[in-house]
Amino acid sequence: MLITRKVEFSASHVCRNPRFSEEENRAAFGAAANPHGHGHNYVLEVTLEGTPDPVTGMVLDLKRLKEILSREVVEVYDHRFLNREVAPFDRVIPTAENIAIDIWNRLEPHLNGASGRLHGVRLWETPDLCVDYFGGAA
Amino acid sequence: MIRVTRRYRFSASHRLHAPELSDTENRALYGQCNNPFGHGHNYEIAVSVRGPVDERTGRVVDLAALDGLVERQVLAPFDHRNLNEDVEALRATVPTSENLGRELIRRLKQNWHAVFPPGGPCLEKVAVAETSRNAFEVSAYEIE
Repeated sequence: MLITRKVEFSASHVCRNPRFSEEENRAAFGAAANPHGHGHNYVLEVTLEGTPDPVTGMVLDLKRLKEILSREVVEVYDHRFLNREVAPFDRVIPTAENIAIDIWNRLEPHLNGASGRLHGVRLWETPDLCVDYFGGAA
Repeated sequence: MIRVTRRYRFSASHRLHAPELSDTENRALYGQCNNPFGHGHNYEIAVSVRGPVDERTGRVVDLAALDGLVERQVLAPFDHRNLNEDVEALRATVPTSENLGRELIRRLKQNWHAVFPPGGPCLEKVAVAETSRNAFEVSAYEIE
């Protein structure tokens, strides 16, 4: 069984490769390369896979999931400039792909129990662009 | 595994009518969608792409290149058109969302490698929503 919980955070970022010229950055990232950054209301959907506990009827106590998402993701990312304030984005370009992978890496150690194992993360950067990551080689 | 999904919109009209069926059968099968002069939708499509994250850009797919491909192959020929009349490939089919989804896969696959070289991002699937109440997903692997 899969269960999905959604959280939101707002953050700014800039997508530039320091080894690229201005023209190459512009060609690769468009307006996302504007040097002072810009922001998004990110929406994160976290999906767990598991079997309901026979006593509680739940895959995972959603209160606990909410606490984990809040502590590991929202408190870290919300209202931050990712390139300046959230590792590893001082050296990794904070594209939606890399943010989804980082969120997986932050959550997975807390969601790998017998019930409620992390199945996937879906990160919406805008209502028209999302990334799904299911762990493993990206 | 990582997947990037991008949404696009176009507005078009169509009429569902199977020439092999009688008028009564068409009416029973397609209901209002069989009304003789057609009707329109604000279509929303979601294009999903898989591939490795390019280490230089942190991206699976160059979104400007994907947008350009979808614009040329789908939005320009479909937007504000009558799908039964204006899209050659759909003339011989009933332009249901199922058939539309298959045509979108064909168009994107046929022109994919002109934009994305082999070893780069691959088209995985397209989802078509005629209205917000339904969605049809077609895998790129089911269509030649």
